[in-house]
Amino acid sequence: MTDILDPHATASGAAAPASTAARDAVAGAAQRGKRVRMLSADLSAVGEPSLWAFGGALALGVILIAAFLAMVTWNGLVTFWPKPIAMVELRDGTLLAGEPTRSSVYRPGENVLARLDEEQIAMIEANGGFSERVLYKTANFDLYGDDFRWVSDFDKAAVTFPPDFHLFERQQWGTFVGRVAGLTIGGEPQAFDHALMQREQSAARRRFAEIRRLERSVIGAINQRMDRERLAIRRANLRFGEDSPRALEQIAASQARIAELEAEFAEVQGRVNAIRENDRRYRVLLEEVNGRTVDTELSQIVRFYAANDIGFFDKLGIYFSRWWEFLSTEPREANTQGGVLPAIFGTVAMTLLMVVFVAPFGVITALYLREYAAQGRLTSIVRISVNNLAGVPSIVYGVFGLGFFAYTMGGSIDQLFFPENLPNPTFGKGGILWASLTLALLTVPVVIVASEEALAAVPRSMREGSLACGASKWQTIRYVVLPKALPGIMTGMILAMARGAGEVAPLMLVGVVKLAPALPVDGFFPFLHLDRSFMHLGFHIFDVGFQSRNSEAGKPMVFVTTLLLLALIVTMNASAVTIRNRLKRKYAGGQF
Amino acid sequence: MNVVAPERQFEPTSYHVKKSPEGAALDIRNFNLWYGKSQALHGIDMEVQKGEVTALIGPSGCGKSTLLRCLNRMNDLIDDLRVSGEIMVDGFDIYGPGVDVIALRKRMGMVFQKPNPFAMSIYDNVVYPLRVDGITKKSILDETCERALRSAALWDEAKDRLNESALGMSGGQQQRLCIARGIASDPEVLLMDEPCSALDPIATAKIEELIHQLRGHYTIVIVTHNMQQAARVSDNTGFMYLGRLIEYGATETIFSAPKKTQTLDYVTGRFG
Ligand SMILES: Nc1ncnc2c1ncn2[C@@H]1O[C@H](COP(=O)(O)OP(=O)(O)O)[C@@H](O)[C@H]1O
Ligand SMILES: [Mg+2]
Repeated sequence: MTDILDPHATASGAAAPASTAARDAVAGAAQRGKRVRMLSADLSAVGEPSLWAFGGALALGVILIAAFLAMVTWNGLVTFWPKPIAMVELRDGTLLAGEPTRSSVYRPGENVLARLDEEQIAMIEANGGFSERVLYKTANFDLYGDDFRWVSDFDKAAVTFPPDFHLFERQQWGTFVGRVAGLTIGGEPQAFDHALMQREQSAARRRFAEIRRLERSVIGAINQRMDRERLAIRRANLRFGEDSPRALEQIAASQARIAELEAEFAEVQGRVNAIRENDRRYRVLLEEVNGRTVDTELSQIVRFYAANDIGFFDKLGIYFSRWWEFLSTEPREANTQGGVLPAIFGTVAMTLLMVVFVAPFGVITALYLREYAAQGRLTSIVRISVNNLAGVPSIVYGVFGLGFFAYTMGGSIDQLFFPENLPNPTFGKGGILWASLTLALLTVPVVIVASEEALAAVPRSMREGSLACGASKWQTIRYVVLPKALPGIMTGMILAMARGAGEVAPLMLVGVVKLAPALPVDGFFPFLHLDRSFMHLGFHIFDVGFQSRNSEAGKPMVFVTTLLLLALIVTMNASAVTIRNRLKRKYAGGQF
Repeated sequence: MNVVAPERQFEPTSYHVKKSPEGAALDIRNFNLWYGKSQALHGIDMEVQKGEVTALIGPSGCGKSTLLRCLNRMNDLIDDLRVSGEIMVDGFDIYGPGVDVIALRKRMGMVFQKPNPFAMSIYDNVVYPLRVDGITKKSILDETCERALRSAALWDEAKDRLNESALGMSGGQQQRLCIARGIASDPEVLLMDEPCSALDPIATAKIEELIHQLRGHYTIVIVTHNMQQAARVSDNTGFMYLGRLIEYGATETIFSAPKKTQTLDYVTGRFG
């Protein structure tokens, strides 16, 4: 032992009372007249400043993430809450009505000031050159060609909240803000009565749903079968030769069936037309704040309410009905309204398919690398390459997926199995199969690395125990090593899933679309249509928020969809974590 | 690789071996082993007697485990390992050409230093050697499980929790479970590598008691660094030092009147 008391050692050894310990140490050393450094130098050696820096950085990161999540959650949660409708009278006498959406303070520019009178300019100057403005969602896109209007406070004359103003969510053209000017029930004009209109609107919606069902499912199925018959005709020609007797025989059979189907089609179409005809006799005349009117079928009104004249529980009901619509229906109006069911479905289906591909592939690779391959330079190179694959930009995978999976593999599949469809591609374009394969490729390094680590962590003694029992290497891996490594492998799968579910860029190349005509799973043979393009929540966010005609209109949907995507990923991960923990507990309790 | 040929040990090492009426179970003849370039076993000559307990003692690092692991070729897992000499079982050299290692291991149960039950139920652990042998008949498995657990003196403690994870047992129970697993497929030889070193004295006593009971049914080779234990459980003892078998013979003689001074020094605690 040296007699020089080293304050660094003392202080860094005792973490919490570090500064006092350092001071005591320094004092003690000074008393004995030994070499002593300055206290400031000690402070840096103590490590407290770096501790603060690391802690601070961590706290900052956590706060930023929490703030982001809180913002998304709050905005997502309030989007569907019904807002009041304000009627604003401007100084020039015009009227507008809409939901106040948000406000901001701005400095009016020269061209704005040029058109103002003295009184207005005085108002601005009193405010130090600034002015407040409010964004109203005026809706009525079909009448005015815009959805939103900014109103500056110097333009505003009066704001009222008239109780007879309604908000109408329409099947087409988005929302309408205004009054009911007339109601026609069964062809008879009726006085407006809220309860009556509510009742009739519900009935009209049922008619609408029935038309939908007939058109989608029934006529869809007929079309599907007709397509199959047409393809059968082409296939017969391809297989047996044009005009050969067998081909003619099959073609005749197919044509007979097509004739049957056409009759069926006409019958269903007749039913649809009858319902439509009836539906046209139930109408509503909507009048906006400036007296312009829109005449529409009641069945076009998805939802309506007197925004300034409803209580808390009515609002709650509207809130939940909007959520339900969001989660359970298809989108309307270029995705800015309606639901996201196809996108939820597409995201989940694609992620699960990806897991189906990535799990065996990653685990088998890891098994080979860890258990069978000779641990030499080649294995290290492979391992390093796999690790580096995780760093390749995801769009590159998208390009690869499109070029290799869709065009090359898909093209070959089409030529081999779907020649009758050509030149229309079946698998030779983006689709859910290629998208999930691309993502599987993107995430497989994560699974390989995690699985390798999990395999390496299986104690050598367990393997030896199994081999000593006369088990073969494969039996040892199968019965002892893999079960023990399973929780770790699951962790890799969870990471892969989290990464894959949130990935958007590569998907845009290999099968995600803005609006998919049909889900990848339906009631028609072969039920799972791996060739179909699909919708995805991540792409939906991009599309609604940044690609639609009116980004202001899409903004609330961006928050809601983001919230939903986060919730979905959290749910998927949480269930995977639960499974993993159950596995862990099953094998836990080892006490050597 | 240029390895110097080992000098033949002309000096005998086996003096007063207590012979079994059934003869030798394992006959180790001039056996040498190299880990890469370093030689870990030098010319081992040793006859393990059938149905008896043979202990291997010696200071740590002298090659006891290495020798033991050669008997069922567990060392095959190690890269860069080389052997010369013979280990005869029933007239076959286990390192000879065409030996089925898996079949060999099925004839030898092994118990390790640390209990190493698998991450499965107690039942599955015990019948594991049969399962990997392709036996699926429930009645055979049940019967074997009970017999092996009874032989390992674990039946009373385990019979009500056969389907619980083996990892939930205490260390001593786990080690007895591993013994049960080792004898489940009814092997001829039971190899034990310091089976008590991770256990408390009570569990150790139970294992020693168990070895006494198993004696006669199985040929047992036990490695131990605990001389009292060797003295208590074994019939013959081999003393190893620096990769050589210094002296091999009846246990009482080794501990009371060994032929070599090195052995005497070791058993009297003068070095080791
Ligand atoms: N896998 C191995 N690779 C290289 N050397 C080893 C290996 N295992 C053991 N050894 C060496 O062989 C010698 C004998 O080891 P071991 O048989 O484990 O000794 P003991 O069991 O008697 O304590 C030691 O010097 C040890 O370092
Ligand atoms: Mg050892």
